[in-house]
Amino acid sequence: MSATVLFRRGRVIDPRNGVDGVRDVLVRDGKVAEVSDAPLPVPPGAEVVEAAGRWVLPGFIDLHVHLREPGEEGKETVLTGCRAAVAGGFTAVVAMPNTKVVNDSGLVTELVLSRARAANLCHVYPAGAITKGLKGEELAETGELISAGCVAITDDGRPVMNAALMRRALQYATMFGVPVMVHEEDLTLSAGGAMHEGSVSTRLGLRGIPASAEVAMVARDLVLLEETKGRLHIAHVSCEGSVRLIREAKRRGLFVTAEATPHHVILDDRAVGDYDTHAKMAPPLRADRDVEALREALVDGTIDAIATDHAPHGVLDKQVEFEKGINGIVGLETALGLTLELVHAGLLDAKRAVELLTHGPAKAFGLPGGHLAPGAPADITVVDPLEEWTVDAHRFYSRSRNTPFHGRKQKGRVVQTWVSGRKVYADGQVKESR
Amino acid sequence: MRHLLGIEGWRRDELEAVLDRARAHLPGGPDTTHLLRGKVVANLFFEDSTRTRTSFHMAARGLGAGVLDWSPSGSSTSKGETLLDTARNIEATGPVAIVMRHRSSGAPHLVAKHVRCVVINAGDGTHEHPSQALLDAFTLRQRWGSLDGRTVLIVGDILHSRVARSNLWCLKALGARVIVCGPPTLVPPGLEALGAEVTHNLDAVLPQADAVMCLRLQLERMSEAFLPSTREYSRLFGLTTAREERMKAGSLVMHPGPINRGLELAPAVADGARSVILEQVSNGVAVRRAILEVCTS
Repeated sequence: MSATVLFRRGRVIDPRNGVDGVRDVLVRDGKVAEVSDAPLPVPPGAEVVEAAGRWVLPGFIDLHVHLREPGEEGKETVLTGCRAAVAGGFTAVVAMPNTKVVNDSGLVTELVLSRARAANLCHVYPAGAITKGLKGEELAETGELISAGCVAITDDGRPVMNAALMRRALQYATMFGVPVMVHEEDLTLSAGGAMHEGSVSTRLGLRGIPASAEVAMVARDLVLLEETKGRLHIAHVSCEGSVRLIREAKRRGLFVTAEATPHHVILDDRAVGDYDTHAKMAPPLRADRDVEALREALVDGTIDAIATDHAPHGVLDKQVEFEKGINGIVGLETALGLTLELVHAGLLDAKRAVELLTHGPAKAFGLPGGHLAPGAPADITVVDPLEEWTVDAHRFYSRSRNTPFHGRKQKGRVVQTWVSGRKVYADGQVKESR
Repeated sequence: MRHLLGIEGWRRDELEAVLDRARAHLPGGPDTTHLLRGKVVANLFFEDSTRTRTSFHMAARGLGAGVLDWSPSGSSTSKGETLLDTARNIEATGPVAIVMRHRSSGAPHLVAKHVRCVVINAGDGTHEHPSQALLDAFTLRQRWGSLDGRTVLIVGDILHSRVARSNLWCLKALGARVIVCGPPTLVPPGLEALGAEVTHNLDAVLPQADAVMCLRLQLERMSEAFLPSTREYSRLFGLTTAREERMKAGSLVMHPGPINRGLELAPAVADGARSVILEQVSNGVAVRRAILEVCTS
């Protein structure tokens, strides 16, 4: 570990601080010490990272990751999830509580945090459950969860169907200033559905999940948000109607933030092809007009963050009849390449893309990092924006391989990841120090 | 060798080749018992079936094949074996083809990716029932010679019907106009993009049809409140004798069976002069022989 590191002549893109240009970045004792237009002298004993032609970025922050520990360690552990995170350029991840045991108590939060400390790779911020056991019946002890280290509460994977309970969750959470993160799905509308309801589901003879299953719940929760003056974060937004409602709510000043996944902005429901369970997720991949709406929302700020919803599953969870296939894909190691597809296609400028991976998520959840001003944590991701490579799921650091992007050509790759001034990923290798 | 997973994707000339070949398999045709002699056809029916299962059995035997009739009751699937493991184990016994019915749409596609023998879809979920569509088309060609310029009206529970989808593709490929009709709750979105005309007014389109294909109302789904009542369904979408009188002269009545008599089809219409329902069943064996022959050749 070097106490002092100098990143030389990289293109520094730091949206929060309005920086986009060639700079030197000096890191000392785990923090950013200086960002300079002019070349800086190399301090004695410093490690030098020659970054010409590369992007030097704030470390990426993923608000939506399933680490599967405790309970499903065969799919992922905190350690393997952290490896995948840093290989994907993420220096911080928010861990969802729908583990087995559910993170609805301080004990489980502490377990996740202790595993993260042992992994010693990236920052892991647990999210606690809104309701005990994610059953949607009684509020979990939010105060205990927050004091144990949770940064948000969510029943992710399930909606809070009971509107009165959701209203109380928003009210109660205002005491702690944390966002209530919601998986928006009206289960009466989505029941039995396996993919987006549209011409593709009709062609394949699969029961569809209408967009209204999400939009109706977004509408409900925005009404409750306005009434409670709470703080709402909408996970994995997937459709045009939701985007419209969130945009309008933001315009009116409600404290709502939102995320979109790379797969929902890259793929539409046609990716299901001939019943490919790797394209099965909740919410489902939507129609092309929804994809267009999400892309516009990334550009205009309606969506605050790109989050992966990294959802590891085993081969047997996917090598089954489509209706039986478990929802979700891994995403940490493909997020940058997919985001850059939008940049290379001219749909998103580089600065906004970086903002969606850094300052956007940091701001939404009030997390440290996400920028490179002096004094900020030296969480840094170095990217070669032009390196061409092909996604090979067999080489993932994640313990799981469930991705529809295996074999997809990408342009732009993470070459180094630094967390608190320590190099944790470089040259295709995770650098562990335990 | 080629799988028959659905009608979608088959070209007109390919469909016509199967239908032309089926003529040779009608009763009184040449002896075809040598075509699959010494081979085995495995019938994997994960879902109940009388007509289709029997028909494929008869077809395979008629080509000289042995038939492995498999059903899930008493098998390892009841012990939790996966679909793929079951299929791979059956494949290991050496059949030339697996004929498969399954309640999940796409299940034969999954199996086809993991076995080397031919897979023939005998009905998957609410997706396709290709052999039914081919025997329907065969029956219509027997009556009309060609489907070009003809109008076929498909009435009923389109949403849950694998027959409707396969027929839509098959009939369109063979030159027919296809109208689908049912209550909005039982008509899925996007059918127009697949080539169908959609209506919810049976009486308005009935006189245009050269054939009316009634679909079974899936009573087991009534609990999901797709319809207020069977009585109302029958009133709005049932092919009654009064409606039959308004049909085009010489037009035909079809049904893939089993029929809910008096609900989607009045008994007098089902058994009447326009009905070709039993011809459909008879033709099924010849068409399935042709399918087995073409797919395994």
